[in-house]
This record gives sequence, structure tokens and C-alpha cells, in this order.
Amino acid sequence: MADIRMRVNGSIEKLDVEPRVSLLDALREHLGLTGTKKGCDQGACGACTVLADGERIVSCLALAVQYADRDITTIEGVTSPLQRSFVRHDGFQCGYCTSGQICSAVGMLTEHAAGAPSAVTGDLATMEIELTAEEIRERMSGNLCRCGAYNGIVAAIEEGIR
Amino acid sequence: MRYVGQPIDRLDGVAKTTGAARFSAEYPYPNLAYAALVHATIARGRITRIDTGTARKTPGVLAVITHGNAPEMKPAPKPNQFDMSTLAAATSVNYLNTDEVYWNGQPVAVVVAETLDVAREAAYLIEVEYAEYPAAVDFAAEEGNARPQKSTMLSEADGRKGDAEAALADAPFALDLRYTTAQVNHNAIEPHSTTAYWDGDHLILHEGSQNVAWVRDHLAIRFDLPKQNVRVISPFVGGAFGGKSFVWPGTVLTALAAKVTGRPVRMMLTREGVFRTVGGRTPSIQRVAIGAQLDGSMTALIHTSVCQVGRTGGWSEQVTSVSRHLYDAANIQVQQNLVGMDLLANTIMRAPGESIGSFALEATVDELAYELGLDPIELRARNEPARNPLDGKAFSHRLLMECFEEGAKEFGWAGRPQEPGSMRDGRWLIGMGVAAAYHPAWRFPANLTVRLSDDGTVLIRCGLHEMGMGSATAVSQIAADALCVPMAAVTVAYGDTALPDTTTAGASSQTASVTASLLAACAKLDRAVFTLARKTPGSPLRGLRRADVTARDGGLYNGSRGESYHDILRRAGRASVEARVGADTRLGEIADQVRSMSKFLLDRRRWVKAACGAQFCEVLVDSDTGETRISRWLGVFDVGRVVNAKTAASQLRGGIVMGIGLALTEETLVDPRNGRIVNASLSEYHVPVHADIPVIDVRYLDDPDPTMPLGVVGIGEVGVTGVAGAVANAVFHATGKRIRDLPITLDKLL
Ligand code: FES
Ligand code: FES
Repeated sequence: MADIRMRVNGSIEKLDVEPRVSLLDALREHLGLTGTKKGCDQGACGACTVLADGERIVSCLALAVQYADRDITTIEGVTSPLQRSFVRHDGFQCGYCTSGQICSAVGMLTEHAAGAPSAVTGDLATMEIELTAEEIRERMSGNLCRCGAYNGIVAAIEEGIR
Repeated sequence: MRYVGQPIDRLDGVAKTTGAARFSAEYPYPNLAYAALVHATIARGRITRIDTGTARKTPGVLAVITHGNAPEMKPAPKPNQFDMSTLAAATSVNYLNTDEVYWNGQPVAVVVAETLDVAREAAYLIEVEYAEYPAAVDFAAEEGNARPQKSTMLSEADGRKGDAEAALADAPFALDLRYTTAQVNHNAIEPHSTTAYWDGDHLILHEGSQNVAWVRDHLAIRFDLPKQNVRVISPFVGGAFGGKSFVWPGTVLTALAAKVTGRPVRMMLTREGVFRTVGGRTPSIQRVAIGAQLDGSMTALIHTSVCQVGRTGGWSEQVTSVSRHLYDAANIQVQQNLVGMDLLANTIMRAPGESIGSFALEATVDELAYELGLDPIELRARNEPARNPLDGKAFSHRLLMECFEEGAKEFGWAGRPQEPGSMRDGRWLIGMGVAAAYHPAWRFPANLTVRLSDDGTVLIRCGLHEMGMGSATAVSQIAADALCVPMAAVTVAYGDTALPDTTTAGASSQTASVTASLLAACAKLDRAVFTLARKTPGSPLRGLRRADVTARDGGLYNGSRGESYHDILRRAGRASVEARVGADTRLGEIADQVRSMSKFLLDRRRWVKAACGAQFCEVLVDSDTGETRISRWLGVFDVGRVVNAKTAASQLRGGIVMGIGLALTEETLVDPRNGRIVNASLSEYHVPVHADIPVIDVRYLDDPDPTMPLGVVGIGEVGVTGVAGAVANAVFHATGKRIRDLPITLDKLL
């Protein structure tokens, strides 16, 4: 077992976990923060996306012990106008992918603000990449939504950046 | 109506965007234990040895349950159409009560441990040896063993009008084509999960389900309990699409694990576990043959199918159903066939039958149009029936051609050159395709209560399900309008067997089924409240007749005379008034089921009811690699009255997205040697992602069906129908290639 500390949604949490425990399971099963979802446990669906020091990561592929002393934000700690936009634009149906979509969108906007290009960015040298619908789709493609709420999610993000 | 039809935000929107909505693996229990499954690695045979020694010795393991030590469970009941809950068993296997293996992936052991990681580790340490039996696992090779499917009260497997084969042989123009579609899986993002605990001889279960009453009834039988001793709680379901309709092994085994260990037990299937223990949509082989005059009028339509079922269970898909309803051919023959396989039972998945059947039919119609030099929409118009083609029954409502007309205008259909391969943008070949969407409308009995309290609030208690359709929101809208109260005054309690049994969330029937009962209960409640008011001394409504009074603004009024519900109840000294629809005894329930079944059959003798629509798509196909992208989509639907403009559009879009996956990327690959699914993960099974989906324009005609409650026709499934056909037709228009095998992957286009 490893004793670690982690700042989760602003408060310091002590965790006593085996080194093999994923950050996702630590959040859900040890800290009771079930807002972060498990869809595949293999890094393929994005449902488990959280923010680590503001950067989006899939928490199922992260070991909790690697994130000792880091700052983790889960959906329970997110306060973003995106949440309202998701409701207004019906950016979900069952809601199971939603925490991941919202955390991913928050992280994606930070990446974009820092000038990170994507696979569909034309001019890689520019710092002023326009966040078109195509750019949003490309950057959000790690987050599956089987209910097919993609249009609503993109509309919610577009509203969020306006 | 103030609320019905409006684009109202989902009532559970805040819960779902803040992480507060709890799904079935998310209920905290003290002393919770975790379970993991061990899956068989052969298709058919018997377990000869199972070594659990190392697993049992692993620190933290509480129990290893195999057929050697599992408590006895009752077998699944024999299916009986008069007691629908007997249909709940996904397979007939008595899990861990037998040493026989019926499919590759069947659970052969359950490990229960203090933590998830220990359970999983120990599961890997179990060694199983088998004696293998010969097994039929290669669908393509089994085609010759298919036998005609039997019709049931709910679904007809064959039908004929005239002599279609003779008419086909005589037709001046004929096409006779073969299609194949791959197995696909639901892959709801929430894996099937159960949290179970026993309180003495009471079993409590958190389970994402499309039919909580079925889960309760089935578990009561398996564990030999009175059904009131089982409670199933399921307020949020993380996607289902048919995959959470029946009771699959994980549910039963979690309850068993909790029984064995005396602890609350949680089991969330791994994604691989979902593929191995929850069936998908059957693969199919279809023949569609059409004979036509040179003007396009159809003289013969033949549609036959071969699908698989597992030997231990499986749903028989109504693949040819669309050909009974869509075209006015003079002679029609439809026939569904099944072949039994030593594979996991297949199951219903969004528009079972129509989704893949419409692909074959609509692709053939398109091909016919091109061969005859007709516009595909014009060909459909020439064959649009006035009555149901197969049997001459009346349509309760059908605006299919109106959908095509509006869609053609909006999509710019007429402007396209009909010649295949004639549109291009750089390396991208551009094509446009169209297809009809069609899904029958269903309705089942639904019980519920509506309670009006003296604070003016309304509580609806009904065991309906919310897998993302926005059910509770729609029900609140309908009730608020029916009782003329603000929506904020209405609460819906749902997803729990402690509430009155409602109905399955399947066959796109839930809203229509619940609406009928809800309107009846609201009318009853209205009468009860009015009677109360009329009799209460001092009431301004005293002495009035109901006809003199209108419900408005949360009360009953005659002009300015009248009072609020709040005042009526207070004055009468009543805390609440409740109205109930449905039986509360087992006998009454059976009588209700029989009554509703006979009403349903009578209704079906008179009307053909359905949702329909026109799907338009534009594709881009890379001329070098064959990569196909969807660039534009428009669906125009006739779905009767729309209750919530926002959630309805989302459901229709969701269906189209799933159809795009079916058309282009989704395929569950079964090893033909041993029946093992080889791509049991979301990284190798490709559901559409953000980048695959353009703006999907969805419209509907919003014209109520006169024979359905409130005019509502289900919308959950019609969206997925016709999609693969439209894509295949667009791919042809872009490339000149007809791909008659789903999914249309790039290799097939090279
Ligand atoms: S659960 Fe982490 S990516 Fe799917
Ligand atoms: S809302 Fe259901 S998976 Fe996205």
C-alpha cells in the first residue's frame, strides 16, 4: 500500500491505495467521487476524463500514485458555463459520457488557448487558431457518446466560447 | 397545450452535468465487496477441471464461486406470451449451476473480493479445462441450415400476397440481390453494472435496466422468492439501446455473489465482459428481389432473411417487416429464417429488423431507380401505397411522401446530377443518397398513480425508465398540460419496482404507453377533485356541473368563480387526492395483460401504425483510399405528435448516428474457429466519434396520429432505420460501386 496525498477539487485528500489502483478507481471507489465515469477502463472512450493541474487526462490509464501531490479536478469540482450550455443544447441523453465530455471540453479550451494545433489545423505556425466546429469535433474525438449527442455537445462548446 | 411540443430542457440536466446523477455501480454501501467474472474460452463443451486454489488463497478474496460450489438456483422459466415477464431471461442457461458451456465467453466462475483489483487479479488465476464438443459458430457457413422462423402474436415471420416468384420471372424488369450485414453491439457507454445486497430474504438491486419489473420477476423466480421480496432500483441508465432489456448473466451472478458472501456486492462488467455476456444484433443474409414495369410500378417484391439465434436464446429480428409496408407491389413474399448457433444469444438492438432490413430494401429500390433511369424519390412516389400493401389494412397515419417532398426541397436533391461519379471536390468524390425510414408503433399496458397534494403539487409514480430519452421530462409536460398546473409543480418518481409497474422501455413504446394511462389517470383525478369541490360546504364550485367548469392555472374555474387545487383540498380537509390506473393484484394484472393484448391484437387487425421518414445524406469518398465521410445529413420524419421538441430531435439524431456506425464502421468479429469475439473493446470496435458526425438536420411534420394517445408515435428507433440504405446509395452515387455488405469499410471500395 502507498500513502499519498492529492488535492481533489480543492481539498487535500489522503489516500491509502495499492500502487496498481488507477486514478479512476481511486476517485470512484476510494473517494466516492462517482461523477467520473468508467466506460472502458482502457483509454478508448473518454468517459473518465478529469483535469490534472488543468490538463485533461483519461484517469483509467493513470495510476493514482503517479498523481500524488497533484491537483485533480473532477466534474464535481467543475464550475463552468459549459454545464448550462450542455443542458440548453441537449448535449447529452443518458448522461453517462457527460462528465467526461465537459471535463474534456474545459481541458481542450485551455489547450487551444495555449496555441496547441490539432490534426485538422491548416497553418501550424499560427497562434490564432480559429476554433471552428471542425476543430472542436477533432479535438473532442477522444470522448465517445453512444447516445449520439455530438451535435448538441459541439453547439454547447461553441456557445461556451462566444 | 402549454408544455407539450415545446423544446423544454431536461429535468435531470443539472444532475447529469454536475456528476450528481448516480448510476447503478455508484451507490455507496458499507462493507461493499467487488465481483469479477471468468469467461469460458471454448464455444461448446463441458468443464472437466477448474482450479481455484491460487485464486482462493489470494489475500482479499472472499469467495470463488463455480459450478462446483454455487448454491442452487431455479432455471429460467419457459417463455409464455401471456406472461411477458417470462421473456425476461436473455438465455436459458442456469449459470454456475451447470458444468456445460454453451458459448465462448459464458461465465464459469465469479470471484468476490475486498477490492476490484484483487477480484480481477484472482479471476486471472483460475484455470479451467474443458472437454470440447463440436460447435456451429461460423454464421456464413451455417446459412444452409437455416429454417423458417415461427410467427408469434407480436411478430409475423412470413407473409405473401399473390405469387411473387412467378411475377418476378415475368417482370419486364427485375433485380434479385443478396445482402449481408455484420453483427454489431450496443456498446452503451455505461457497462452493465449491478450493485446487490440481501436483507434477510429480501434482495435489493441497483441495476441499469430497460425493464425493472422483468428484472424483479426474473430474479424472484431464480432465487425462489416472492416477487415483493425483490426490489430493483434504476433511476439512471447509462445508455441501453435494447442491450439492457433482458436479464443477462452479470445481474443474476451479482445477486448470487451477494448471497454467498452475505455482503453487498458490486459488479461492473469490463468492456470485454459486456461483449462476452451481453448479446448484440444478429448478422444477416438477405435477399431482396423486385420485379417492375418499365414505368417503375412494382409487380413483385420478395424479401427473405437468414439470421442467427443462440441455442440458449435469442431474439428473432423482424428483418422483412419493412417490405410488408413500404411499397405497393402487386405480389409480395416475405420470409424470415433462423439458424441456431453455439454462440451467445443475440438480442434486440435499436430497431431490431427494420434497421438492417431497410438497408437491403432501400438499396435495392435505389438500384432499381438507377436501372430504370428514374429519380429514386419519383420511383417511391409511383409505388406509394394507399393501404398496407401486404394485407390491405388501413394506415392510421402516413405522411411518408410528404417527408420526401420536404426533405428533397431542403436538401437540394433535385439539383444533383443523377450520373454516378459525376460530383467531385479535389480528391473527394461526392454522392447523395436517400432512403425511407420506417418503424412500427407499439403500445403496452402501463400502471401509474397521480397524486395531487394540498400544496398544489402533483406527484406521478410510475416505474418508467430513463436511458436518455427524457422520459420524466415528457411525462411532466403531458401531466402539467392535462391538469393545467405549472410544470414546476409536477414531480415524476420512476425507475424503481417500489412504484407501480409501468412498461418496458423498448419498441419505442414507452411514451405512448405511459401517455394513455397518464391521461386516463389525470381525467380520473380531475373528476375526483371536482366531485370533492362540489360537495364541500362553502366551495365556490358548489352546485356546478363539470361541464360548466374549466381547469386552468392550477385550479377549477367558471369564469372568475372557482378556486385553486390548493384551496379545494384545504377546504375539504384533504391532504391529497390520488388516481390510479392499473391493477394492484396479480390476478388483476394478468387480466389487464390479457385485455390489453386482445385490444392490441384487435387494433392491429384494423390499423397499420408506424413512424416513418426520409433520410437524405451526402458522402465524400476519398478517390485513393476509399475512406468515406458523411458531409451532410437531413432526416424528415412523421412521428405523430412530438412531446418535447428538444429531446425528440436528440433521439432522432442519436438514431441516425448509430445508423452511420452500422453503415460505415461497426462490426463485431467472431472467430469462425471457436466463436470468440476478437474485437471485444472500444478501441477495436468503432462507434462513431465527434469527427465522424456532421450537423444532422432533423425535422418532423408534427401531425398527431389519430389512433394513438395524444397522437404520439414512438421516436426512439425510427431514426436508425433507412440510414445504412441512404449511406450505401450515396456511396454508389459518389463512386458507381454498389456495396451490399455492411459495414461499408474502405477495403470494399478499393
Ligand atoms: S474509461 Fe477511461 S477512457 Fe474509457
Ligand atoms: S449521453 Fe449517453 S453516451 Fe453520451
